[in-house]
Amino acid sequence: MTPPGALLPDLALPPFVPFLNWAWDDLLFLLLAGIMLAAAIFVVVGRNIVRSGVAMMLCFAALAGIYVLAGAVIVAAAQVLIYIGAISILILFAIMLTQSKSGPLTLVFHRQAWAGLLAAIGVAVLLIISVVNTVWPLAGEDRLWSATTSVAMLLFNDALYVIALQVVAVLLTAAVVGGVFLAKREDSNDPGEPAPATLERVRPPVSEAAPVESA
Amino acid sequence: MSHSLDAYLVLSALLFGIGTFGFLARRNAIAMLMSIELMLNAVNLAAVAFGAFTPELQAHAALIALLVMAVAAAEATVGLAIVIAIYRNRRTPLVDEYSSMRE
Repeated sequence: MTPPGALLPDLALPPFVPFLNWAWDDLLFLLLAGIMLAAAIFVVVGRNIVRSGVAMMLCFAALAGIYVLAGAVIVAAAQVLIYIGAISILILFAIMLTQSKSGPLTLVFHRQAWAGLLAAIGVAVLLIISVVNTVWPLAGEDRLWSATTSVAMLLFNDALYVIALQVVAVLLTAAVVGGVFLAKREDSNDPGEPAPATLERVRPPVSEAAPVESA
Repeated sequence: MSHSLDAYLVLSALLFGIGTFGFLARRNAIAMLMSIELMLNAVNLAAVAFGAFTPELQAHAALIALLVMAVAAAEATVGLAIVIAIYRNRRTPLVDEYSSMRE
């Protein structure tokens, strides 16, 4: 099997985007930023929450691409593994466990949503104004490419980050235990007795079995 | 455009604003948690952008972003477990119907 480069020898990209005269990474940045913002807006205003969850995965994927453009390769890999692989699946499962039977809502937002919109626009405008008007004296002229080795050296040699790593390990363990504890079905007060039949009368049995799996 | 720090920071501010609106305006508790995830991602983007343009901060920024991701995973686990636990009692994921928590 011949490598594809042998079949297509002269497929080198021109240095700039045709007809636009932009650099390719600028075009890629705009494309990924547009996808990310559009998906984020759909997450927030979408009527069907399952579609919001899938759009959130698209938003995280575009953000991973932006991390690569910024040179942080290891962060992009962790973004794909943790956010797209773990957190999105967790959220989709939780959505399916809490779906009400009446279907999509007629009223997605609170009645005070206009105040939330004003507050959000205020926060974004303030952040943008302060960012654009600040001179960053330490910032270089252009991006650096990531050095994963230095990240690993820092993580396991700097005492501050070693402590942070251990604290995060404890936090994740506590979160797993807490998640199992909160989502598990509470049993009867007497631990010796099996679950009494009164519990079956209070709750429908079908919905009772499902959340135990989610823990 | 991808060569300037301001572009990344403005993008991060826009994402944070979208997440803020979703957290304040949505009725569904899981949609609120998803908006919190958007805001955490905006913070991560800002950290990575600062690291990408400052040589002394590069490894620190990547590490801070990774730690924020781990904390976000723990937050999502506990938050969704709380939502499921409330849903089992109240039969609804809508936060404005949890009015008995007011007293």
